[in-house]
Amino acid sequence: MAELDTSSGGGKHKGGKIRSKKASTRVDLTAMVDLAFLLITFFMYTTTLQKPKAMDLAMPDNSVKTSQLPIAASRSMTILLGSHNKVEWYMGEAGKSAPTVDNYGKDGLRKAIIENAKKVADTHNGDEKLMEVVIKPSDKSTYENLVAVLDEMKITNVQIYAIVKITQMEIDDLKKNSIY
Amino acid sequence: MPRVKVARKSTAIDMTAMCDVAFLLLTFFILTAKPKVDDPSKAEVPPSTIMQPVADVNMITISVGENKAFYSVTEQDVRQEALKAMGDKYGVSFTPEETRRFSLTQVFGVPMKNLKSFLDTDPSELKNFPQTGIPADTTNNNELFNWIYTSRQAERALHDKLLNVSIKADRKEEYPMINTVISILEKQKLFKFQLITSLKTAQK
Repeated sequence: MAELDTSSGGGKHKGGKIRSKKASTRVDLTAMVDLAFLLITFFMYTTTLQKPKAMDLAMPDNSVKTSQLPIAASRSMTILLGSHNKVEWYMGEAGKSAPTVDNYGKDGLRKAIIENAKKVADTHNGDEKLMEVVIKPSDKSTYENLVAVLDEMKITNVQIYAIVKITQMEIDDLKKNSIY
Repeated sequence: MPRVKVARKSTAIDMTAMCDVAFLLLTFFILTAKPKVDDPSKAEVPPSTIMQPVADVNMITISVGENKAFYSVTEQDVRQEALKAMGDKYGVSFTPEETRRFSLTQVFGVPMKNLKSFLDTDPSELKNFPQTGIPADTTNNNELFNWIYTSRQAERALHDKLLNVSIKADRKEEYPMINTVISILEKQKLFKFQLITSLKTAQK
């Protein structure tokens, strides 16, 4: 090994007793450390440090028709997911109020949801949890869009929301705004 | 004049501490290691702010990427039972070796008619095997539906437990494919499931 001999030169036993040389108790750890670091590197590369997260999603039970309640138009917000990462939303019934085209994110959809929840609260004894959100993904929207909207539901604390099939009328409306 | 003697110094360093640290880290990584599952769907999951981690037991995962569906279930004995039940349904019989190979396959996406040749392929060649995805549509009797259904039955019979279902789809996947998978689950009266996402921090 790369180690200098530091013992004071031997071979000059001038008579007297010949002492047996004391063996050093130090073990050379270089190889062991090498191996340990090699294995560390291997395990670091093969592990997944960031575990994926799971978003719970509950769909309405469509087998029991009696348990389905109609949506109150006065406190419902419908979000249509279009193409090119755009959404369109309107309050109340379709066709009665002009839909707004919006982006995802905190200045777009999230702001709209919070404002609409406040408006609903103003007309319903100040209860902010009353707003119902209907999510209607069109065939041109992506999975990322769906997850983004569901995530907004969690962030803005909307209690009642559901994923519903989009109607032809709404698809036509998306086409009119060229996001389909 | 006497020669000046330079004291010879040892070049050996005391490596005990370094060795200790190295092995401590090594132990940590070995204990926390969970090998990456090779997912043929190549799905890149979208980000969300959800913090809840995915469970690693009792879980059916349907991976969706490029309009193809892939299937995986965590328990090996459930995999075997499901394969047997699926073989009976589609008139394919599997040898014990094929069943064993299947129980070790984490994620797969081949139709029943190709499954036998998929299981007979040498493990080193499997990467090149064309995985065309499990046939899935909105009818009541498609392969993906039956895979989920037989696995749930097997789990009930073997462990008397309920399997959780999660969907792992690529962020760019278009909605019709997702809708197909969701409606397959709804047809089995599975109304609660999970969407797998990766973590991002919420913009304030």
